[in-house]
Amino acid sequence: MTELRTFAVLVEDVPGVLNRVASLFRRRDFNIVSLNVGRTHEVGVSRMTVVVAADERTSKLIEANLYKLVNVLAVEDITSRPSVTRDLALIRVGADAEQRPAVLQICELFRAKVVDVAHDTLIIEIAGTTEKIEGLVALLRPYGIREMVQTGAIALTRGADEKMQLHEKASREAA
Amino acid sequence: MSGHGQGETGADAIWTTLTEEGVDVVFGYPGGAIMPTYDALSRHSTHHVLCRHEQNAAHMADGYARASGRVGVAIATSGPGATNLVTGIATAMLDSSPIVCITGQVPSSLIGSDAFQETDITGVTLPITKHNYLVTKAEEIAPTIREAFEVARSGRPGPVVVDITKDAQLGHAPRTEPGPRREARRPARPLTDADLDAAAAMIDRAERPLLFCGQGIVKAEASEALTALVERADLPVACTLLGLGGFPATHPRNLGMMGMHGEAWVNEAVQRADLIVALGMRFDDRVTGNLATYARGARKIHVELDPAEIDKNVRVDLPLVGDVRAVLERLVPRVAPAKRAAWNDTLGALRADAEAHDVLRIPDEGRLLGAHVIGDLYALTGGDALVVSDVGQHQMWEAQYYKHDRPRSLLTSGGLGTMGFALPAAMGARFARPDDEIWVVVGDGGFQMSAPELSTCRQEGLKVNIAIINNGFLGMVRQWQELFYERRYVATPMMGPDFVKLAEAHGLAGRRVERRDAIPDAVAFARQSEGTVVIDFRVQAEDFVYPMVPAGNDLADMIRRPRGGAIQGGESRS
Repeated sequence: MTELRTFAVLVEDVPGVLNRVASLFRRRDFNIVSLNVGRTHEVGVSRMTVVVAADERTSKLIEANLYKLVNVLAVEDITSRPSVTRDLALIRVGADAEQRPAVLQICELFRAKVVDVAHDTLIIEIAGTTEKIEGLVALLRPYGIREMVQTGAIALTRGADEKMQLHEKASREAA
Repeated sequence: MSGHGQGETGADAIWTTLTEEGVDVVFGYPGGAIMPTYDALSRHSTHHVLCRHEQNAAHMADGYARASGRVGVAIATSGPGATNLVTGIATAMLDSSPIVCITGQVPSSLIGSDAFQETDITGVTLPITKHNYLVTKAEEIAPTIREAFEVARSGRPGPVVVDITKDAQLGHAPRTEPGPRREARRPARPLTDADLDAAAAMIDRAERPLLFCGQGIVKAEASEALTALVERADLPVACTLLGLGGFPATHPRNLGMMGMHGEAWVNEAVQRADLIVALGMRFDDRVTGNLATYARGARKIHVELDPAEIDKNVRVDLPLVGDVRAVLERLVPRVAPAKRAAWNDTLGALRADAEAHDVLRIPDEGRLLGAHVIGDLYALTGGDALVVSDVGQHQMWEAQYYKHDRPRSLLTSGGLGTMGFALPAAMGARFARPDDEIWVVVGDGGFQMSAPELSTCRQEGLKVNIAIINNGFLGMVRQWQELFYERRYVATPMMGPDFVKLAEAHGLAGRRVERRDAIPDAVAFARQSEGTVVIDFRVQAEDFVYPMVPAGNDLADMIRRPRGGAIQGGESRS
């Protein structure tokens, strides 16, 4: 069954690594929904969070193929693991003085923050699951969304995840 | 050596590191951005073979790798030199052949400026290499080349490109001793005894089991382990194209090649089997035909080094991920000794029925058939030659009629199907196997793609025997046109030069053969000659490779050779 699946991927922070991962997904016809990449606490290690539409078989192929990339350090399909998943969105919404209290009330309900106020617009910042952001967007739409930007998902599993703790794992193995 | 206090130049480091990796021959073509490296070669003992096109340099490195099991090396300049390597790299990628290609790159200060002969070759080759590197500093050259060799030969082998800027070649770097090998960071889940017991139980219970011998058997040097399994449990074996030679062709349990041009009884066996044990292969579409009807009655065990091949094309019941030889050596003692007379007799009967109208039984009527040339070449060489085949009808006749008993005795471009591969690959193989008899089996089309390398043969004093199966057509495409495009022979009739004169123009010997009874003399002449010999076999223009499973058909839905030896128009058994 095709569903949205989330992969955490630790990669060496070297030039071209994003290209290598993206190229793999393109040439194997794996369907990327979102891909997020950024630094980690470890020097030289970046973490990607890749959301794909895939079935169980394809997920295994994605993991196996990622491991074939020399710059890939660890891969985990965290779809079925308890985890914290967040997108970040910035939304510029139309709101003059009259509409502003209603918009602010919506923001409060969603625990979203107003980070910029202009004459007739607000910029709202929200972190949350994709569904939560979609919910906020739906409520703000009547006020006129002028611009919007959203990251892909980033995710960490809950509790300890040894597989993705490269440094500790390496030092344990060395000991 | 230059620059004592400063260590060696990057260019010298390239050759020093190649020598440390055991490389004594490279195949290449110089040019501006790689000139410092070529100049440095004057200070090193590595032998350089000047090919006539960089694609052939990559094929030579590939042929060397396939013939030896070691890493082959090609070298080229930036821009067109590098892009000319591309087809050779893709060929090595699809057949898991370990080669390292070193390319010159424009100075790092010019990268991104569309400088003269600048091409982003790491970008271009990204999807067709196992890995690639752009090196911009002299001190990175030695460690990068060492890592490139390790990547190329470890695990499932493959091609690696190392692109080195001109300033890195000119720069100086301290000599570095080889550090510890880069470790495989991700051992697959270790195989458990339970997995192996399960596999053995499946084999023990099977009534109609079939083993598949893929190229993994050759690469893992698992032929003995496979033979042990076959003989312990009386199991029949079918081979992929690249698996030929992995299990002796003359072994009574070897059925032959499976797939699109596999023998009828082999494909029948696949479709009737109740268990398939696939060893080091990847269920290519030329092997399976229509996946929906493929081996439906069989449970499947897949023994494969690369986890990304598991369930890629064919869903399997039990994957055993690991080195094929290591898996087999653990599996064999778990399998119960058995005799499977009924199943093997059934297969023997199917085989006898099909062999009765085999092309080799067509009497000599004065016309020359490609299959006859191959069959006779097999007999005349005693089956001991290393054969390098190109792509097309002759490749399939070779696979069917030259019986390969030893691993690495057939080299061919299986996955990519690259025409022009055979001659340069054979030349590379010559350096790996100086004492073996080598035959190139090639069509007139494919030969014309790399014929300029005859010059290289002459310059290097290389000895290979070249059998051109010359039908004046792009024969396999013509076959498809006849079968599926109502005989509209668009762009397949092909004129060639006088190949005998072409050989002679290169200072080599040539012979022409137009009748079957002239084959022995010509082959004997080639075997006795010191240098490369070209034999132009003028075969029947319109001939078929039988049997044939049309692309996408059920594997058992074959067009079979008509009884009575008619050349045109197959007989469908569907």
